[in-house]
Amino acid sequence: MDDKILLAMIMTSSIGAVAGYLGTLMLSKRMALVGGPLGHLTLPGITLALLYGFDVSIGAFLVLILGILLIWYFERKTRLPMEALTAIVFTSSVALTFLFLPAEEVEIALIGNISQLSVEAALLSVVLSLIAFVMVERVYKKMVLAAISEDIARSEKINVGRVNLIYLLAVAVVIGLGVRIVGSLLTAAIVAIPAATSKNLSVNMKQYAYGGAIAGGLAGVMGIMAYQMMGIPAGLAVILCSSLLFLISVVFQRE
Amino acid sequence: MKKGNILEVSNLSVTLNREEIIKDLSFQVEKGEVLIVLGPNGAGKTTLLKALLGSIPYQGDIRWASNKISYLPPNELLMRREMLPLTVEDFFSLKGVDIREVKENLESVGLNEKMAKRRIANLSTGQFQRLNIAWALAKKPEVLIFDEPTSGIDVGGTETVYSLLHSFWKKYGMTIILVTHDLNIVWEHADNVLCLNQKGLCYGPPRKLLTTKKLEELYGAGIKHYEHKYR
Repeated sequence: MDDKILLAMIMTSSIGAVAGYLGTLMLSKRMALVGGPLGHLTLPGITLALLYGFDVSIGAFLVLILGILLIWYFERKTRLPMEALTAIVFTSSVALTFLFLPAEEVEIALIGNISQLSVEAALLSVVLSLIAFVMVERVYKKMVLAAISEDIARSEKINVGRVNLIYLLAVAVVIGLGVRIVGSLLTAAIVAIPAATSKNLSVNMKQYAYGGAIAGGLAGVMGIMAYQMMGIPAGLAVILCSSLLFLISVVFQRE
Repeated sequence: MKKGNILEVSNLSVTLNREEIIKDLSFQVEKGEVLIVLGPNGAGKTTLLKALLGSIPYQGDIRWASNKISYLPPNELLMRREMLPLTVEDFFSLKGVDIREVKENLESVGLNEKMAKRRIANLSTGQFQRLNIAWALAKKPEVLIFDEPTSGIDVGGTETVYSLLHSFWKKYGMTIILVTHDLNIVWEHADNVLCLNQKGLCYGPPRKLLTTKKLEELYGAGIKHYEHKYR
């Protein structure tokens, strides 16, 4: 295995693992599909990065942070459901993107590309994934309680707004990193599928949370192997491997 | 705050989506008191509880003499218990409590430590409601706020929930604020009752206030009640 593939594998499995871990919370908040709109939200950032030649993750991340802060502000101000606000912000950003995105760059923006991966970018992705993981692990139980009932969480002195913001920032980091692999079109898959796989196979909260990470990480390793052996785009390979793991989990589902 | 009081509410008004749900409500609750909030659907009972918890914006003054408050909307929990693969042990860990610390409470509600690994989604509704009570009491709260603790369970289950609450109240002497539609519970357990229909229609001991006339005012004509002679 050449170094580049090993590097891609380490990066993809790290991002996949953290995305799967975060996804278990998204599933509990019934917002698993929010990953999709958030991925699309990155499009203006990716477009800027492609137009001006800087790293797509940086562009994606900056625009995503801006978008998430907007969604968070709108939620506090209007108390509309987060899904609705995300839809408003993401559709606006998609419309804005296609005004400027050159036709030849559309595929990269939509389904990702890891062929130009540098050592620095890969290592930075691993470090940022770890930071996102630690951030979320610290508030995981609080997030679960808030997902069950925000009022109960508040009565337990949990600052729901704060933990939601920490979570969204971690999601922004992971989605920002994820677009490099799977593009903006498929980011929902890296958060939603491993979590669903884990839910099928786990019998308690710990298994569920870490199972999401394992399923996401494993899909990353398998996806990059498939990319190398069959030459299919890495992002698509990762998603298809994740779907395969999900199908296996359906067969071996535990009550 | 007046000595002996645990909660004082003055001139509370809550407006949600430009609709005034609660208007100029004032009442107080003494330490160890059981206050039951009565009212028809849409009267603002749950809104009142949320305002007391500081979950929603309000006008007026809410003063607590305790911050050890445990809130439970059991129906909400019942609906969401299958959302995640949570075991009984996990459920307590969300509150930062080790299940071994609440062994006594669990046994008091007819459950035990051996159920730690069982998924809460697989418990019967009655078991789950009893688990909720043990959960709410886990950190020895001074105030218990329950929103319709028996909705969705049968008569036997209802009886069990209220007798459990009553026995814990006798044992620990905590203050209980309870929303219910069950008038029997009011007669049996309430020190005071707050009748809510946007504004407080009445507030005081049930024997003094719960007349047929008041209940008709609260729920509309046609309601019948039979005063209980015991408590």
